[in-house]
Amino acid sequence: MSSRETILQRLRNRTGGELTVPECDFSVLVRDDWSTKERIERFEKMIESVHGEVHHCTEDMWMDRLAELLNTRGARNLLIPKQHEIGQALRDAGRDDLPELLIYDEPIESWQGHLFNEVDASITSTRGGIAETGSLILWPNDDEPRLMSLVPPVHIAVLKASELYTTFHEAMKAQNWAAGMPTNALLISGPSKTADIEQTLAYGVHGPKELIVLMIE
Amino acid sequence: MVDPIKVYPSKPAKVYFYGTCLVDMFYPDAGIAGVELLEREGIEVLFPQDQTCCGQPAYTSGYHDQARSVAKAQLDLFPGDWPIVVPSGSCGGMMRKHYPDLFKDTPDEVKAAEVAGRVWELTDFLLNVCHIKLEDLGEPTTVAMHTSCSARREMGVAEVGPKLLGQLKNVNLVEQIRPEECCGFGGTFAVRHPEISGAMVSEKVETLVDTGAKEFVTTDCGCLMNIAGYAEKNHKPVSGQHILSFLWARTQGKGGQQS
Amino acid sequence: MSETAEHTGHHIDVKQFHPRAQAAIHNPKIRKNFRSAMDGLMSKRKTAFEGWDLETLRDLGANVRLRALANLPDLLEQLEEKLTENGIKVHWAVDADEACRIVRDICKARDAKTVIKGKSMVSEEMELNHYLEEQGIEALESDLGEYIVQLADETPSHIIMPAIHKNTGEISQLLHDKTGTDLSNDVEYLTASARQQLREKFMNADVGVSGVNFAVAETGTLCLVENEGNGRMTTTVPPCHIAVTGIEKVVPSMEDVSALLALLTRSATGQHITTYFNMISGPRKAEELDGPEEVHLVLVDNGRSAIYQDDELLDTLRCIRCGACMNHCPVYTRVGGHAYGTTYPGPIGKILMPHLIGLDEGRHLPSASSLCGACGEVCPVKIPIPDLLVRLRQESVDGDKLHPAKVRGHGAKRSSMEAMIWKGWAWMHASAGIYRFGTGAASKFRALQPSKAGAWTDYRTAPKLAAKTLHQRMKERGQ
Ligand code: SF4
Repeated sequence: MSSRETILQRLRNRTGGELTVPECDFSVLVRDDWSTKERIERFEKMIESVHGEVHHCTEDMWMDRLAELLNTRGARNLLIPKQHEIGQALRDAGRDDLPELLIYDEPIESWQGHLFNEVDASITSTRGGIAETGSLILWPNDDEPRLMSLVPPVHIAVLKASELYTTFHEAMKAQNWAAGMPTNALLISGPSKTADIEQTLAYGVHGPKELIVLMIE
Repeated sequence: MVDPIKVYPSKPAKVYFYGTCLVDMFYPDAGIAGVELLEREGIEVLFPQDQTCCGQPAYTSGYHDQARSVAKAQLDLFPGDWPIVVPSGSCGGMMRKHYPDLFKDTPDEVKAAEVAGRVWELTDFLLNVCHIKLEDLGEPTTVAMHTSCSARREMGVAEVGPKLLGQLKNVNLVEQIRPEECCGFGGTFAVRHPEISGAMVSEKVETLVDTGAKEFVTTDCGCLMNIAGYAEKNHKPVSGQHILSFLWARTQGKGGQQS
Repeated sequence: MSETAEHTGHHIDVKQFHPRAQAAIHNPKIRKNFRSAMDGLMSKRKTAFEGWDLETLRDLGANVRLRALANLPDLLEQLEEKLTENGIKVHWAVDADEACRIVRDICKARDAKTVIKGKSMVSEEMELNHYLEEQGIEALESDLGEYIVQLADETPSHIIMPAIHKNTGEISQLLHDKTGTDLSNDVEYLTASARQQLREKFMNADVGVSGVNFAVAETGTLCLVENEGNGRMTTTVPPCHIAVTGIEKVVPSMEDVSALLALLTRSATGQHITTYFNMISGPRKAEELDGPEEVHLVLVDNGRSAIYQDDELLDTLRCIRCGACMNHCPVYTRVGGHAYGTTYPGPIGKILMPHLIGLDEGRHLPSASSLCGACGEVCPVKIPIPDLLVRLRQESVDGDKLHPAKVRGHGAKRSSMEAMIWKGWAWMHASAGIYRFGTGAASKFRALQPSKAGAWTDYRTAPKLAAKTLHQRMKERGQ
C-alpha cells in the first residue's frame, strides 16, 4: 500500500468514529461600518506603525512626489512595469527628474545578479489594500513579476484609496478569491523586518528596507 | 475553560460546606472563618463529617482509578439540593469541572454532573449569591492578593477577591506585577519539579515584596503554603493568610490578625 | 527520531529534562533573556487584540480547525487534486524518514547541491538539515534566527523566535567567529551583514525548502506567514521549491484562513499581521519571468494520524503553531526552550511530542507543569492543554482502567512504588472513618511532625499541622 493510501485509510477508519462538523460563524470578522475616511486613516496608522510610509497623491501629481522621493534617496534607477498604466505613464512622461527606468521583461535567470545588486527601487501597482491591518494586496504576474516587490531596497506601491477594503475577510470575498488564485498572491504590510536578535527590530533583513505607498485619492 | 455563563442561584437557606483536606489539617481557621461569614449572612451551614478529599492529587497525577474511588466517596455527602461551597478554587475546580469527566461512562455519571453543578467557590458565593456587604472594623493596612490559577481560570473568580477587599474601607489593595502568573505550587508539581517550582515561587514572593505590602491574601491554601512557606524560610518581609480569615477578622474588629 | 531512523541527527536525550532544566534555572543570563522576551510578547499580544471580541474570535478559530479536522481525509484529497491541477506535485510521507527521503530524491533528480531553507518546524521534526548533509547536500537556514541557531550548531529554543536564548553580544561573537563579520552591538549592522551573505546563497541555491502555515483545499494554495522576506526568497528564487507540512494543516477555504490569520500573528508576536503573507498556488507559468519551475508539497504524517484516532487527543491537531502557549508558560519562561530537548518546546511540545517520540521517551514532559492553565487561556484555537496534560499523565502511568491508555509507550512511568502510594492514599481517603482517625492523630501528635519534607522544604518551611482539624472543630460546634 502506498503511503498515501496508508495515511488516508488511517484517517478514514478512525477508531473514534465520525466527527461532528461544527458550525463556523465568521461574523466576528466583519467590520462593515468604517467610512472611507476611517479606512484611509486606519491604513495609514497601521502601515506607519510598522515603518511603512504613506504619501497622499492625486492622479495629477503622484509622479512629482515619486521623483522627489527617489531623488532624496539618490536612487540611480527604478524598476517599472512594462504594460501597466503606471509604467506606461512613467515612460511617456519622459521626465528628466526621474532616474533611469528599468523594465523587467526577461526571465530572472538572465539578469539575476543585476536585479539583486544594481536595482535601487521598484514601483508596482496593487489590487487594493486592507485598512484594518495596513496591508497591500499584490498579485504578481508577467508584467509585474514576484521579485519586483522583494529584491530592490525600496519598494513603492501605488494604491487607490477607493480600493481600500476594511478587512482581509472582506477583500477576499469581494474579489472572489475562492474562484481561483494566481500562482503567487501576497499581502504586504511594511518593509521586510526581523526581531530575531534580542527582539530588536531591524528593517530590510532580506527584502526591501523601505515600503512607500502612493495613495491616490 | 470557564463555563461561558455562570448562573448564580438565589440565596439559599442552607449550604453544604466542603472544607478540603488542606484546610482541614493545616488551615482550619480559614474554614471556620468561611463558616462564620456564611452564618452571618443567615445561612445554615451543613458540614458532612464524612468528607475527606476531592481526589485532585491523584487525578492530576494520572491515577484516575484512585481519584475516582476517593471522589465517589464524596458524591453521597450532599443529598439535599443545597449549593456546595468550597473555600478553594482548586478543589472547587476539581469538583465542578473534572468530576463530570472523571465519572463519564460510569454508573455515577449523572450524580457527578449533578453535584458538580452545585459547586461554588466560597468567595464567589459570598459576593455574587449572598451579596455580602462588609463593614471594615480594622486598622488601615495594605495588602496584596494572589488569586490561585484554578480560582482564576477554572472557577472564573479573578475579580471576586479584589471586589470583596474593595468593600473594606481601611484596606489598600496593591497589585504585584504579573498577578496572573502561577506561584509554582501545582500540587505534586512542587515536589516532582522542585527547582522549577522554587524558581516560580521565588519570583512570586519578590513581586509581592516589591508592592510594599507586608501581607498578602489568597483564595487557596496550596498557594498560601507555597508562597508564605517560601517567604518564611527565606526571611522575606511578607506573610500571608487565606482571604476568608482576613475578611472575617477585619469585620470582627480584630485588626486583621489571624487568630 | 525513532529507533529505526536511518539518519542520526542531533539526538538529544529527552529524558534528561531535569538536569537541563536545573542548569537553565541557575543560569541568570538564560533566565533574563527569556523573562524579558516573554514579558514583552505577553503585553504585545494583549494590545494586539484590543477592539476584538477575542472569545468569539477564538471560538471561531477552534471551530474552523475542528471543521477541517472533521473532514481531514476528504480535504487532503481535495487539496491534492487542486494542487495537481495547479501544477504542484504532492507527496505523502508516513514518517519523518520517508519525508526526508522524498526531499532527497527530488534534490537528487535535479542534481541539487545546495538547499536554502525558510522556517519550517516540520523540517526540524524531520531533522532534515542533518539528513541532507549526510547525503552530500548543503542545507542552509535563511530565517535570521534559524541561521544564527544553525551557525551555533544548536536547535531553536522557541518555535517562532528560534534564537531568543541568545543576546546581541553572543550573536555578534558567533557571526564574527563563523562568518568574519566585525564585532558589533549594532543590530542593524549585524542584520545587514547576514543579508549580504544570504543573498548570495539565495542566488546560488538549487532548491528552496519551506514550511506551510495553511494549505487551502478549495483553491490549492499554500500560505506562508513571515516578516523577513526570506520565505518569499526561498519559495521564489531557486528553480525548485519543496514545501513540507503536517497533514493537519489543510483547511477548506481562504475564508478559514482569514480567521486563523487574524489569530495567528496576534497570538504569536502581537502583530496585527506579519510583513508578508505569501500565497502560492502554482509554479512559474510559461509567460511568467520568475518563480520556481517546480513546486512540491510533502504531506507528513509522522504520528499525526495516530493522534487523530482519539476524540480527546485530536484537539492537539488544532494547533496553528503560534507559540502563545510557551510565551505565557511560567515553566517555559524559567527553563527556556532547550531544556525540553524536543523539537517543539513548552506546552504544545508537552502535548505533541509524546505522540511523535513515544510516551516512554517523553514521559517526563507531561509532568513538568503546574497545570496553571495560562496556555489554554491564550491558545487561539482553544486547545484544552491542561486537560491533555492530565490525560497524558494518566497514559504515562496507565492510571485509568476505565479508559485504557492508547499512546505509544504508555505506562512507561508507572512504578510499583508510586502506584502503591496512591493506592494507600486512596484507601485512606475513600473511607471517612480512617481519614478522620488519621488526620485527627496527626494533629494530636503534631509535635512529632518533621520539619523537613523532601524537596518541599528545600525552598519553603513545612506547613504546620493545626492543633485540631476542621472536622473536630465543626463537630465541637455541633455541625
Ligand atoms: S497549542 Fe495553541 S497556543 Fe500553543 S502553539 Fe498551538 S495554537 Fe498556539
